[in-house]
Amino acid sequence: MSENKFTLNENAWCPGCGNHIILDCLKTALEEMGKTPYEILMVGGIGQAAKTPQYISANCFCGLHGRSLPAAIAAKIANENLTVIVDTGDGDSYGEGGNHFIHNIRRNVNISHFVHDNQIYALTKGQASPTSLEGNGNLNSSFNPILMAIAAGAGFVARAFTGHKEQLVEIMKQAIEYDGYALVDILQPCVSFNKTNTFEWYNKRVYDLDESYDSKNKLKSIEKAMEFDDKIPLGIIYQENKTSYHKKNNVLKNGEPLLDIELNHDVIKSLIAEFI
Amino acid sequence: MYNILIGGAAGQGIDTMVAILEKVLKQSGYNVFTTRDFMSRIRGGHNFILIRFSTDIIQSHDNEVDLIVGLNKETIEIHKDRLKSDGFILCDNSIISEDVRTIKINIEAMAKELGNIRVSGSIAIGVILKLFGENLENVNEVLKSFVKSKDLEVNIKAVAAGYEKVENQFKHLDGEFKDWMIISGSKALALGAIAAGLRFYSAYPMSPSTPIMEYLSEKGDIAGIIVEQAEDEIAAINMAIGASYAGARSMTGTSGGGFSLMVEGLGLAGIAEIPLVVVNVQRPGPATGLPTRTEQSDLKFVISASQGEFPRMVIAIRNHQDAFYQTIRAFELAEKYQMPIIILSDQYLGDSSATIKPFIVKDIKNNFSDNEHNSNDVYLRYKITSNGISPRLIPGKTINLVSADSDEHDEKGYITESAEVRKLMVDKRMKKIHLLKEELQEPEFIGEELFENLLIGWGSTYGPIKEAIQILNSIGKIKYAALMFGDVYPLPQKLLIEKAEKTKRIINIEQNATGQLASLIREQTGIICSESILKYDGRQISAKEIVDFFLKEEQK
Repeated sequence: MSENKFTLNENAWCPGCGNHIILDCLKTALEEMGKTPYEILMVGGIGQAAKTPQYISANCFCGLHGRSLPAAIAAKIANENLTVIVDTGDGDSYGEGGNHFIHNIRRNVNISHFVHDNQIYALTKGQASPTSLEGNGNLNSSFNPILMAIAAGAGFVARAFTGHKEQLVEIMKQAIEYDGYALVDILQPCVSFNKTNTFEWYNKRVYDLDESYDSKNKLKSIEKAMEFDDKIPLGIIYQENKTSYHKKNNVLKNGEPLLDIELNHDVIKSLIAEFI
Repeated sequence: MYNILIGGAAGQGIDTMVAILEKVLKQSGYNVFTTRDFMSRIRGGHNFILIRFSTDIIQSHDNEVDLIVGLNKETIEIHKDRLKSDGFILCDNSIISEDVRTIKINIEAMAKELGNIRVSGSIAIGVILKLFGENLENVNEVLKSFVKSKDLEVNIKAVAAGYEKVENQFKHLDGEFKDWMIISGSKALALGAIAAGLRFYSAYPMSPSTPIMEYLSEKGDIAGIIVEQAEDEIAAINMAIGASYAGARSMTGTSGGGFSLMVEGLGLAGIAEIPLVVVNVQRPGPATGLPTRTEQSDLKFVISASQGEFPRMVIAIRNHQDAFYQTIRAFELAEKYQMPIIILSDQYLGDSSATIKPFIVKDIKNNFSDNEHNSNDVYLRYKITSNGISPRLIPGKTINLVSADSDEHDEKGYITESAEVRKLMVDKRMKKIHLLKEELQEPEFIGEELFENLLIGWGSTYGPIKEAIQILNSIGKIKYAALMFGDVYPLPQKLLIEKAEKTKRIINIEQNATGQLASLIREQTGIICSESILKYDGRQISAKEIVDFFLKEEQK
């Protein structure tokens, strides 16, 4: 992997952490897609996973905890030539950023959202996250991001696992290709703090969706999204062609990046004249 | 100088009626100033609008009126004491008014006869125009932009019918303002943003800032601006920061409550050094406060909002010209210094309309940084420079990689915990303030050079204070002057220190309960305001209130 043109800084993650695998898979996906670093914008919030943008050779926006999505979609609105990828954790995406998660599904800006879901708050040393399972002192039921995303109208919803690298690379590529908001919830054991959802725990439960599964059937996908027990499906849970934000928007749909639009004095003068 | 009060319940259409009337009066040559007093409701209640017009320039409201137009009984009951002795009350036949000065017109019956009850407003416009000796030359053209084409004919007839119902009572005066603009403070601000090359506006609706979003949204398609209604103000500011990072000039706007949610984002723009313009159209707080009223109580909040220390600038807009030109300046400064610039407006200024010279549009070049990156060097987004301003490139527009980080970062923009780098970065950011201080605009000095009383104000009290100074210097026994601050933070001090040395009596006039500007002045300069006029009932102070205060004092 060291030959990859996206390789950058050394990282500060624990040995054995799934973040290493997600980072490697992302670099592979970008390399295989023929992307170049300057056309990529990596966006993160705060948390261990949210440091991913710092460890990859690309443009990098590390914003506030929970607020990666608003910044990311706006950057994409400003310049559609950027490939915008949000790489951040479950706390950042579903906890602190829960409101933005719901409403950016509705906006359907063409970005990819890769959630490193370790079902725990790691950077702050082991508190429950929205996706933590009920029990072990956690009285709250767990949040189902896949089900929520489908219900809110997302057009690309997938689940991956750091134990299945080839599939993860493939899903990442498809998410980046998808014209609209694409969610990939990536199961990733936290070796330091999550003693429940271990590598072994996931390995016993996960299975790959095969060709017999119709990811375009919304009702079936909702059933599949609710499977997170003895069996956990991996793959694209739901996909649908939807009109993206840029194609719906009157200013953007002609394809000129927003930041390239020049000041038009005639328009401003005509607006001023309306008040005379 | 004339002054009309039009009042009624929410939903009775007084806003449209006044929008037509103020434009017709302006086109007939008057300088018109309109203030809007609304309740926070959709239907019912009591709303009123004051239209003041003259052949001289007017920059504030007056509470004494020549005509009260009562669309309901309540309007007449609440406001009849404001009527000048030679004034009139105009209302429908169905409204009981004992006042001998009442002119009753069977407006509702006339509207029914014309076949559309909704033309009552146009009938009233006709009556008012006749009372003030206006002709109907301009009204038809103005009506076109306010009523649907299918309703145009009946409205024209309604104005004419009203016009025939009364005799002329006030003399028409010839003014020179036909070719000037009449515009509200919020629309002037939005237009300033458009003229500054705004590309991205994100906001969550909140009174009294919403008219900015509404106007930008209406004109967004033709002006090439994305207006995104955010899910909350946290999203609004983070979107504006993201778009600005990616190279689109960005702004967000709100009122105090929304600004409270934006506070962490403000710090992000500060540490990540991303240009950002944030508008706070103030209303009385805390929490929900008085949603549709006016106050200037967010000054100390916005100058210190967000944890940590970073450079920022606060510009208070004083009038409708400022709303346009200072907004353009805010964008230029935000981009030059790569920092958040906060514009403070308020409900009074935002919702009032003034007659002003047409705005002049100038060229604004894309100026991403003052010191362009030399392409032979390794690109350092947060390069330590002599003035603190680092080369800002736009991601995707260069082969260099551009990073932005809310963590403390090194010159490349990557996270660091180095004590040495931390200190260098804080110093670098704060250094930008030194350069900014050199281009601050001093407050406007108004009044007599040889003064005894020095009044101090900021923002929207400009109009009332300026008018009060003119009156006091013509009828008072002693001489008055005022300093009106537009740039409030960092505080420009030169003129203040110079003028303060000349008197022992400095009186701050502010729309808040604690004298926030006086407190900032004392903190920054040691200058103490000996007295305060503070108003925090949600209603704007008038020139007359200020004049009365000082005349009473002179008589002691």
